[in-house]
Formats: sequence, structure tokens, C-alpha cells
Amino acid sequence: MTRAISQDNAVSSSRMTRALIYAVLLVFIFYYLLPLYVMVANSFKPLDEIRGGDLMALPKDWTIAPWASAWSSAQIGVEPTGLKPYFINSILIVVPAVTLSTIFGALNGYVLTKWRFKGDGLVFGMMLLSCFIPFQIVLIPGAKVLGFLGLAGTIEGLVLIHFAAGIGFSTLFFRNYYAAFPTELVKAAQIDGATFFQIFWRILLPSSAPIIVVTVIWQFTNQWNDFLFGASFSGFGSTPMTVALNNLVNSSTGVKEYNVHFAGAILAALPTLLVYIVAGKYFVRGLMAGAVKG
Amino acid sequence: MASLKIKNLHKSYSSVEVLKGIDLEIEDGGFLVLVGPSGCGKSTLLNTIAGLEDITSGEILIGGNSVAGLHPSKRDIAMVFQSYALYPNMTVAQNISFGMDIRGIDKAEQKKAIDNVSSILQIGELLDRKPSQLSGGQRQRVAMGRALVRDPQVFLFDEPLSNLDAKLRVDMRTEIKRLHARMGTTIVYVTHDQIEALTLATKIAVLKDGILQQFGTPDEVYNDPKNVFVATFMGSPSMNLIEATVADKGKNLVIEIASTDAGKIELPVKNIASLKDYIGKKVLFGIRPEALTDREGADRTSKQIAHHDCMIEVVEPAGSDTFAVVNLGGKEAIARLRADAKIVAGEHASLAFNMSKAVFFDPETTQRIR
Repeated sequence: MTRAISQDNAVSSSRMTRALIYAVLLVFIFYYLLPLYVMVANSFKPLDEIRGGDLMALPKDWTIAPWASAWSSAQIGVEPTGLKPYFINSILIVVPAVTLSTIFGALNGYVLTKWRFKGDGLVFGMMLLSCFIPFQIVLIPGAKVLGFLGLAGTIEGLVLIHFAAGIGFSTLFFRNYYAAFPTELVKAAQIDGATFFQIFWRILLPSSAPIIVVTVIWQFTNQWNDFLFGASFSGFGSTPMTVALNNLVNSSTGVKEYNVHFAGAILAALPTLLVYIVAGKYFVRGLMAGAVKG
Repeated sequence: MASLKIKNLHKSYSSVEVLKGIDLEIEDGGFLVLVGPSGCGKSTLLNTIAGLEDITSGEILIGGNSVAGLHPSKRDIAMVFQSYALYPNMTVAQNISFGMDIRGIDKAEQKKAIDNVSSILQIGELLDRKPSQLSGGQRQRVAMGRALVRDPQVFLFDEPLSNLDAKLRVDMRTEIKRLHARMGTTIVYVTHDQIEALTLATKIAVLKDGILQQFGTPDEVYNDPKNVFVATFMGSPSMNLIEATVADKGKNLVIEIASTDAGKIELPVKNIASLKDYIGKKVLFGIRPEALTDREGADRTSKQIAHHDCMIEVVEPAGSDTFAVVNLGGKEAIARLRADAKIVAGEHASLAFNMSKAVFFDPETTQRIR
């Protein structure tokens, strides 16, 4: 009898907690999704409807004209090109920079854990330091180096800058991941006659999928969203998406086309969103693998 | 197949010296076991033979040729690791053939070698599985298969059985011994388990703190230990060491053990020349549990059995034997009696001391008195 009663209590109290948890979660979902809703809803409205008043309302008159304009004809600075060329610039910058910083991060992690040398701790410490240096500090040295290499204002120059800025974190990720990777495997491969790169390529890399995903997401997000380097080091032919978006929003000819601005901002955020949706579950898994065992 | 010779090997990590002048030699087809407590340098020694660690000074010869500066893959050795070190992303067959793949041996020949090894080790049905789908014993077999397929001059085993459960460990031990008998390849085997050392080896090297304590056959190491460390490390339960005084009783030397109740225990000693120097002094009297037994269980072939009444403190029946804890000279000693020996805890019983198996050590230097 008493047992039955106590069980009833347990169920109802856990239901209460559950309801509370869901309520809180729903509030947060609403809170976080509201800005996105405003952006999406207004990007499909004609400008008149926005100026007419209610930002929160759904469009009465659906139109994709703002999207088309943001993509290919809006005024960016002085040119009416839309965001398209800058989107391509961003891809040309970010894809090689992410690839390079991931590959070199993996190689660094491999050397720092499996081919220990005198002073490897110091080298790793200095690479870690590069994770925590505010990027503003490196702007002037960065400009000097790019000028010296003749890469100022070019896509290649921005690739180099992003690669250098990203390698600290990617090294940290891979080092911690490989620290938990059994060194006996490397020894066994050495006895089997595998070379430095064969061991890396055939033994370590095939087991590195989670940490590669983490690194790629991390680097892609940071580099795609970068504004500072883009604003500082890009020239006319190499301006990235973020800087172009700023120019779009701040262009002062005529009226402010809020609907086009909203559409442009969503376009700029789309690739990172996509990367998270595709690889997000690996992100958490990979972070845990590094954190628990490293 | 080849002999292995190690000459005056030193190995230091910056200021810490982990191997302090090791001299070893194992003949072609021998089974050398390196045994010692953790941190004694046995695994380091194995890694230097494999070429996975550089040596500071000294020489390693495999088949009479110095391997100084040779890459691990060029030393014609194969190694089985404690964690098995199977490549997690490859199937069993790929694990076994990885070395051949690296050396660019053609697929048909690889296939033949894999089939050969998998039939020896009975892992044929596992070839397409990944290491994560195997049990501990199966992983162990695959790791041995990867070593076997190289057909090396010397096999190196680094504590290969320590990750297995007790029963499987005994089975695999037998299997390794059978494999050695069949292949006849020289083996160097590292373990901290003295039973493994005694059962497998043709030669045992006992190490402690980077110094070779004793190098000899299992029989020598067990019955003729050079010092207290070797005597207590080998054998389970370990050798009883009791403080005793040497006395001269006419034609024979005796040792006297102070006993709590019966005054003192006196035991005759023969044929140990240097013991004369210790007359009136303290020595450590070492006797293994099986040499301290009940009257009926005493070794009839022994020429020197002494009997004495001792106080039995604890009786521990173990099925095949009965172990008794006896108070000798204020120290606990373990006696190994027949399973159905009639003894009762808290009473006196007459025990047989097989003095031909007794050994004596200098309490200061802990070295053997011969």
C-alpha cells in the first residue's frame, strides 16, 4: 500500500520537473530563435511593408526580390555587384586556409606526441600562446610580412594570415587527441618498416575523423566569420563576405533597404550554419574525446 | 634464427641511468626471459634491442652482427606488445600483412603468408574482423600472428600476457611455449611474473634498478640465487628468510634460530665452506616453503633432513597443499605441507627442514654465502 502511494508521488513529481524543464527550454528556444525569425520574415517582405510598421509580422506579400538583390545586384561600396563575388572570395580564402591549418595541425600534433624531441614542450607552449594572443596585436607585423612577401591585398595573403592564426588551435586539438593515441601502435608500425609519413597517413589519420571534424568546424567558423583580417588585409579583388556585408549595410545611397540587408546577413551566415548541421554531432563527440583522454 | 648478445649496455635518460651495464647472451633458439619488478629497466632493455630506443653505450649483436644505428625494421626482429598494438582501422588480415604491404610484397604472396600464419594460430575465421570485435585472447593471437609472419631472427615479447585474465594467461603461456618448440626461433620475453619466467625460459635474467642481479637457467635462479633479492623475487610463496646465528659444534656447523617458546632451534649445516667465517655472527637463513614441510612430506632423496617442533600459527588449506604459517625466530615463515597433513593451528607440530636446499645470505651485503 505505502509503496504504491510513494510510487505515485515519484511519478507526479518527476512529471512536474519535466514540465518545468520543457517550459524553460521552450522559453530559451523562443529567445534564441526570435532574431532569426525577424531576419527571415523581413527578408521576404517588400521594403514598404517593413517601413509600414510591424517587424514581427509575417510577410503579406511574399517576394524573393531582396534575396536576388543581395546576391547579385545590391550596391556594395561603389559597385552594384551584390554579395556574390565576395562570397566566392570568402570560399577561395577559407577553404585552402582551413585545409592547410588542419593538415599542419595534425602533423604538429603527431610530431609533438609521437616524435618527442628536446624542447617540444616549449614549442607546444608557444603554439598555445598563439591561441590567446589578441589578433589586433599582430595586425601591423602581419601587414609587414604580407608586404615583404608581396602578398598584400591578395587572396593568397589572407589564406596565409588565416592559416597562421589558426594553426595554434588546430595543433592544440590534434596534440590532445594524439596524446591519448597508443604510442605502441607507432612502435609496431616502425618495426613493420613504415616511414614517418606512412605511419601518419595509414595509422593515425584513419582514426582521427572526430578531431578532424572538430578542427574543420572550428577553423571554418572562425575564418568565415572573420572581419578584422578581412578589413585590414584585403584589396579590391580579395574582399571577403563579412567586409562586403558591412559595406552593403553601410552604403549610404538612397534609402536603407532593410529587407536586402537581412537577406545578405543570412547569406553570410549560411555556410557556417550548414557546416554545423552536417557535422555538429561529431563536434561534441570529438571535443569529448580530446577532453576526456587528453 | 640467431643468437643475441648484449655487451656492457648502458642507457640514460638525461641524468637518470636506467640500465647500468647489462651483459647477456642467449643462444640460437633460446628463450630468454627478462624479469624484475616494475621500473627495473626490463622493458627499456627490450626496446633497445628492438631499436625503438637508442643506447648510451655498449653493444647489441643479433646473429653476431652489431645492430648499432639500424632502424627497427632492419634488425630482423618482430615484437609483440603488451597492449597488442593492433592497428584499429585495419582488419585482422590487413594487420598481419601491413609490414609486407610496406615492403611492397605482392598480394598473392601476402595471401599465402597470411593463410599460413592464420592456420598455425587458428585465427582463420577472424581475418575479416576489426580488432575492436575481438576478445582479449583473440587479439593476443593476432598480435602474435603479425610477429610470426615476419619470420624474424628474434621475437621480442613485452609482457604479452599481462592484459589477459588468469585462466587465459595460463593457456596462452602454454601456447607460446608450444609455438617456441615448433618454430625454434630465439625469443626475448619481458615479464614481471616470476611464474611465467620459470615456466617459459631457457635462461632467466633477473633485473633490479637497471642492474642485472642474476643470469642463469630457471633451475639456477630458483635453487641457487645469488642474493636476497633474487631469492625472494622468484618463487611463490616467496622464500622464508630467517635471522640465525652460526655456531661451531665439533665436526659440523649449526645455525641457531631464536625461538619464542622452545629456547632455540638448532639446525645442522654441511658443505658451505664460507660459512666458517661467520661463526658467532648473524646470517640470513633462506628456506623455500616446499623445503619446510611435514615429516611424511619430506623429500626422500634429500641427504640432509632435520626435524624440529614448531608452533603452527595459521593453517591455510589450498586444496593441493596445505600452507602453514610458523613462527621461526620471531618471523613468520611459510611451510608447505601435504594436503592431508594432520596439523592444527595453535599447536606444535614436527616439521622437516630440507637443509640440502637451504641457502645463506650475508645480512649486510645481502649476497649469498657459499
